[in-house]
Amino acid sequence: MKNRVVVTGIGVVSPIGHGREAFFQGLKEGKNGASLIEAFDTTEYTTKVAAEIKDFNPELYINKKEVKRMDRFTQFAIAASKMAVEDGQINFDSVDMNRVGVIIGSGIGGIQTLAEQHEKLLSKGPGRVSPFLIPMMITNMASGQVSMEIGAKGPNTTVVTACASGTHAIGDAFKAIQRGDADMMFTGGSEAAICELGMAGFCTMKAMTTRNDDPLTSSRPFDVDRDGFLMGEGSGIIVLESLEHAQKRGATIYAEMVGYGATADAYHITSPAPNGEGAARCMTMAVNDAGVEPSAIDYINAHGTSTPYNDKFETMAIKTAFGDHAYNLSVSSTKSMTGHLLGASGAVEAIASIMAVHDDFVPPTINLHNQDPELDLDYTANVGKNKTVNYALSNSLGFGGHNGTIVFKKFEI
Amino acid sequence: MFEKVKEIIIDQLGLDEDVVIERSTSMMRDLEADSLDAVEIIMAFEDEFDIEIPDEEAEKFDNIGDIVDYIEAKLN
Repeated sequence: MKNRVVVTGIGVVSPIGHGREAFFQGLKEGKNGASLIEAFDTTEYTTKVAAEIKDFNPELYINKKEVKRMDRFTQFAIAASKMAVEDGQINFDSVDMNRVGVIIGSGIGGIQTLAEQHEKLLSKGPGRVSPFLIPMMITNMASGQVSMEIGAKGPNTTVVTACASGTHAIGDAFKAIQRGDADMMFTGGSEAAICELGMAGFCTMKAMTTRNDDPLTSSRPFDVDRDGFLMGEGSGIIVLESLEHAQKRGATIYAEMVGYGATADAYHITSPAPNGEGAARCMTMAVNDAGVEPSAIDYINAHGTSTPYNDKFETMAIKTAFGDHAYNLSVSSTKSMTGHLLGASGAVEAIASIMAVHDDFVPPTINLHNQDPELDLDYTANVGKNKTVNYALSNSLGFGGHNGTIVFKKFEI
Repeated sequence: MFEKVKEIIIDQLGLDEDVVIERSTSMMRDLEADSLDAVEIIMAFEDEFDIEIPDEEAEKFDNIGDIVDYIEAKLN
């Protein structure tokens, strides 16, 4: 007998607002997180826009000494985790901490720390490289630091599957509770790669938008003029809990998590498989895992990166997986608002999907003014809408051909 | 010199400005520095005073007085 798994806490640090309430509000209003990059001089960069977080003060969440010992992606994860603890009204004194786990994904980890220390290596020599380089840079450190912060001694791992990291992390945490390895899991993703090295790498891949003259319209999924993704940063953390444990402590339940799928394209390092074959199988796997017919799904939070290939192939994948029902369900890409948070994207989009089933509201795809004629689904253009959402599905597709899909259901006893 | 050393330690360890630091204070026993903090603080001294502090010398430091004396000797 599998345990039922519910969502009982939400924390988020994002370009459109921090904390559950601000983030939900931002999604509903169609808030736009894009702007010109301020973190460094972008003169020589082909992309000068991003969804940067400009108002994050780590010292609100982490003591001053520890702040210096953590990369920005870990700082985001700690902040979001603390928000999730507060939002979930969790009193750890009455929880068996050996059964509380953490799985936080990140695509890139501490790239800013790596870049800074590499510069030190070149300018001052190996003896001046910080002893904190490795513990700050390694991608598992968000999960490690969060466990130390809250005292979580249960299963603790990290998922690294590029832009699918957050979704796979949540999927793995869901399974850990389903099979009884833990009562409670802090899970999601974190990313902070808006720095010289991170941006340069994606620039030369020609993966990002170059709409530098009009940042606010740079992320435009499913639009005929889409020209690449808008890099975002931040962290989304949710508390997953067995239903029994949640009920015992009288927790507020936002949604039930019911399905997880994971597949590989086995095709190319960066291009999705033609026709979105791997993504289609992934959605089918998740819907089967949820034990429902495809026609039960009301809303899909698409990976929707705003790259020419992704949006085309993901649309084809949705049609393959859902048949005629693809035209009945609502689709949107919240990356139009938040930008693409890479390894954290699946986590903040899981939160958007949880909002959809909890509030019966489908968030919009903003900047969708000239829908690509090849793409003919209902992408919830520009304005969100009230709609009964019993089941919401969220997709993430990562470089390396990693696909992840998770399914949330409106909670009923 | 003592004041400069103290300032660097406070900065590196993120301590309050009014923390009591004397010559007899030990970074690890009294200020909760771990071994990685100690390595980074030594590097900060090397940068600030433009000197080299070999590991085998750094290992001999017991308290902040030892550090101040070592740096002063090195600079003279």
